[in-house]
Amino acid sequence: MGTAVIAAPPQSRARKLVKLWRDGDQVAHLVTFLFAASVFLVTVVLVYELWIHSGPSRAKFGFSFLWKTTWDPVALQFGALPFIYGTVLTSFLALLISVPLGVGAAIFLAELAGPRTSNSCTFLVELLAAVPSVIYGLLAIFTLVPLLRQYGEPFLKRTLGFLPLFQGPAYGVGYLTAALILSIMTFPFIISISRESLLAVPREQREAALALGATKWESTWQVVVPYARLGIIGSVFLALARALGETMAVTMVIGNDTAIHTSLLAPGYTIAAIIANEFTEATGDVYLSSLIELGLVLFGLTMVLNASAQLLILATTRRGSKQE
Amino acid sequence: MTDRIARRNILNNVMLTLTGLCALLTASILILILGFLVWNGWRSLNWNFFTKLPLSAGESGGGMANAIVGSGILILISIVIGVPVGFLGGVYLAEFGGKTVPMLVRYTADLLNGVPSIVIGIFAWTVIVVRSHHFSAWAGGIALSLMMIPIGLRSTEQFLRAVPNSLREGSLALGASKTRTIMTVIVPAAKQGILTGMILGVARIAGETAPLLFTSFNNQFWSNKLGEPTASLPFMIYYFAVSPYEDWHRQAWAAGLVLLVLVLLANIAARWVLARGVSVQRG
Repeated sequence: MGTAVIAAPPQSRARKLVKLWRDGDQVAHLVTFLFAASVFLVTVVLVYELWIHSGPSRAKFGFSFLWKTTWDPVALQFGALPFIYGTVLTSFLALLISVPLGVGAAIFLAELAGPRTSNSCTFLVELLAAVPSVIYGLLAIFTLVPLLRQYGEPFLKRTLGFLPLFQGPAYGVGYLTAALILSIMTFPFIISISRESLLAVPREQREAALALGATKWESTWQVVVPYARLGIIGSVFLALARALGETMAVTMVIGNDTAIHTSLLAPGYTIAAIIANEFTEATGDVYLSSLIELGLVLFGLTMVLNASAQLLILATTRRGSKQE
Repeated sequence: MTDRIARRNILNNVMLTLTGLCALLTASILILILGFLVWNGWRSLNWNFFTKLPLSAGESGGGMANAIVGSGILILISIVIGVPVGFLGGVYLAEFGGKTVPMLVRYTADLLNGVPSIVIGIFAWTVIVVRSHHFSAWAGGIALSLMMIPIGLRSTEQFLRAVPNSLREGSLALGASKTRTIMTVIVPAAKQGILTGMILGVARIAGETAPLLFTSFNNQFWSNKLGEPTASLPFMIYYFAVSPYEDWHRQAWAAGLVLLVLVLLANIAARWVLARGVSVQRG
């Protein structure tokens, strides 16, 4: 910028400004820098605000907030454990269902299906990732909940009722329902990312395994899948982070009970759900800041998971492209 | 020996069939639930839905005109804030940045992208609602823009980086300044990709409910100002679906269908724009 301005003939101030603007690389640099920096700044402020606004709760309960089980807005006693338990339990159950199915489907789409089937299926699956969570919640309330109440949960009680996991009345809402809807919501992530990792495995790996006499399944399971495992694990982490932070669909079917239950059929709560339900009604500093501290806990959980997922996915795609 | 081969072949067939079943099962579950939504939504959709205000509980009829407009306003606010930040920030990352700053920005953008939407809601509440003492369209729109920025930023950066260096060099060699090169050569070359990213960003936030719960909240009537609580389609779906009234459920289905169609159309449009861009570049 400097040289351009100096070299220019004497001009009016306004024209100088116009000139400066027109080929003002420094100005553009500065402006774009400010916008980029604002993203960094906002994120820092976000963490700061959560930290400051959860202050009263942190001061009152300290770390015991994380393992206390009471949630009593009247006595102003708050503990996060029932919600952490509900969040982790529902997400874990969801992955228990969606990982085998998702990875299986990804293997089919990447290894067996023709390119046309594979691409159109993936297109469909990726569209499903875009369906808003409140719509999944709507569907869950009016389809999954009645079905589970009438058929699913009574069936589980008849067959597996001797386990403490499947006891108590069948409400239709609860941990199990939330886990089921979460598993449906996490399919698309697992399928599309796992499929991409599988497709990134060099062809020679498959050919070498087949040439050694392996069956198609053996080459897939013992060579291709291990090769792509980091990407697959990354997709699982990403799905887990998604499930942990999922709010609307879970809020609509979790049943809203602040106690911890062993039975999967019982109603419960997750971190995101209790924030969604109680935030606007919370009165008083301690109550509100406890909810915000729950938000902070959730933020921490998903942050760690996302970072690890990204590292894993990065590791596989890099390795894949190097050997191509 | 032959026994062993037979076993391996059986295992092969069984497992491969199983993976096919996995794919079939997931696809059919997803198609089933969507079919159910379309069926229910279509039955509940009528002209009133688009033109009338919601009625009080128990009365039948009424619509969601205010929520449709409200969603439009919220999305517009988030576009006005989110697109420039995402675009210019992305230009910085791809064209100007050194080493440390872009790395930091990239990392925090990915972080922001992974923040649960409900936490974004809390943040917008602490920053805007607490200070202004009102639920407002502003707060909701800003919360949504925070979810949109990382997508716009990263896709802008990605597509700018994909522009071949020879284009930059050619333009600079002709004596154009860096800014001019970016504005007239590089950005136009990447515009389809950038547009795709932006549309995907909008599609993502259009259906978000959690960040709106305690920012723009809800309104049974028209909102006259951006400083007032504002109704939105996703919030209405949630609110009506968990209510005990039959007629509200019907409305929730209709709203669900409208929202889904909008979001899916945006996604398909984004893909279409990108596909067209790629073929133009190749040709």
